[in-house]
Amino acid sequence: MNGNTAILTDEQLIIGREQDEFAAVGETPLSLLFYLLVGIAFGIILTKSEVISWFRIQEMFRFQHFHMYGTIGAAVAVAAISLRVIRQKGIRAVGGAVIMVPPKERTPGLKRYWMGGTVFGTGWALLGACPGPIFALIGGGMTVMTAALGAGLLGTWVYAWLRPVLPH
Amino acid sequence: MEWWTRPWPWYVAGPLIGLMVPVLLIAGNKLFGVSTNFRHMCAIALPSRLEFFRYDWKRTGLWNLVFVAGVLLGGWIASHWLANPAPIDIAPATRADLQALGITSFEGMAPREWFQWSALLKPTGWVLIVGGGFLVGFGARWAGGCTSGHGISGLAAFQLPSLTAVLGFFAGGLLVTHLVLPLLLGAP
Repeated sequence: MNGNTAILTDEQLIIGREQDEFAAVGETPLSLLFYLLVGIAFGIILTKSEVISWFRIQEMFRFQHFHMYGTIGAAVAVAAISLRVIRQKGIRAVGGAVIMVPPKERTPGLKRYWMGGTVFGTGWALLGACPGPIFALIGGGMTVMTAALGAGLLGTWVYAWLRPVLPH
Repeated sequence: MEWWTRPWPWYVAGPLIGLMVPVLLIAGNKLFGVSTNFRHMCAIALPSRLEFFRYDWKRTGLWNLVFVAGVLLGGWIASHWLANPAPIDIAPATRADLQALGITSFEGMAPREWFQWSALLKPTGWVLIVGGGFLVGFGARWAGGCTSGHGISGLAAFQLPSLTAVLGFFAGGLLVTHLVLPLLLGAP
C-alpha cells in the first residue's frame, strides 16, 4: 500500500516465521481505510453465510450439513488457486514488493499445532465461534460475546505466561 | 423474502472468504489471520513484562486491528440492513439432537437460553461463553493461528503445520460436541 515495501528484500520478508512476527511497514491513512473496508466485507460475508452461528458449528461437528464444509472448502480452494496464480505470474504487491507467504515453523513433532489446535477446537465447539465471528457477532448485537472476547484475551495472556513451559 | 435478506449459500460465501487471502497479500503483503489480534490487544491493554507482548504492535498489527474493527462494523451492517427475518434453516437431525439436549430456542445465531448475559449466572453459561472464549484465545496462540490463519491461509499454502492444527481443531470440537455438551447441557 506504500512505496516503503519495496525497500524490504525477499529475505527480510521471509524472516518473520510466524504471522505475528511478520515484518510489516508503516501504514498510511489510505491503506488503513482499505483494510477497514476489507474487514467490513468480511464481517458481512461471515454474517450472511451464517458461519458465525453456534447452530452451524454444531451441524459441522455432528456431520449433519454440508454448509460449513462447502464454505471452508471453497475458501481454501479459491485461496490456493490465487496463491498459485500470484506465484506463476509473479504478481507483486502494491508498491512493488515480492509477495511472500512465510512458511509456518516446523517444530519437532508439530506439538504446538496438534496440542494447541485441539484446545482451540474445544473452545470453538463450546462458544460456537472462532475469533473472526466473535467480532462479527458483537457488531451484530450479541453483546455477551464481549465477555467471550475478554476471556479470549485472558487466554492469550495465560498462554504467554505459560509459553516457556508449554511444549511446542 | 427480499433477495438481500436471504442467507448466502456456501458456493457464494466460500469463494469470497478465499479472496481475502490474495486481496490482503496484493494490497500490502499481509497474511489473512484474525486471532493474532488477541495478541495485539493484550500488547496494548495488558502491558507486562512478558516477552511475548513486547513488540511494536503498531508496526505489525495496526492494519489487522483496523481490519477487525471492520469485521465488527460489517456484522452490524449485515444484521441491521441485510438481516434474515427467519430462523436459520438448520439440519433437522441437528435440531433434534439439540432439542434432546434441552435447547428450545432456534431463533438468531445461537441458542438464546445460553447466549445472553443472564446465562452467566449459571455454571453452564460460564463454561460455554467464558470457558469457550478462554480456550479459543489460549489454543489459537498456542497453535499459532485459528480458522483463518491455519484453516484458510495455511491450508491454501499447503502447510503441514496448518493441516495438523486443523485436525486438532476437529479433534477438540468432536470431543466437546459428543462428550462434553451432553453432560454440560443435560446438567441442571
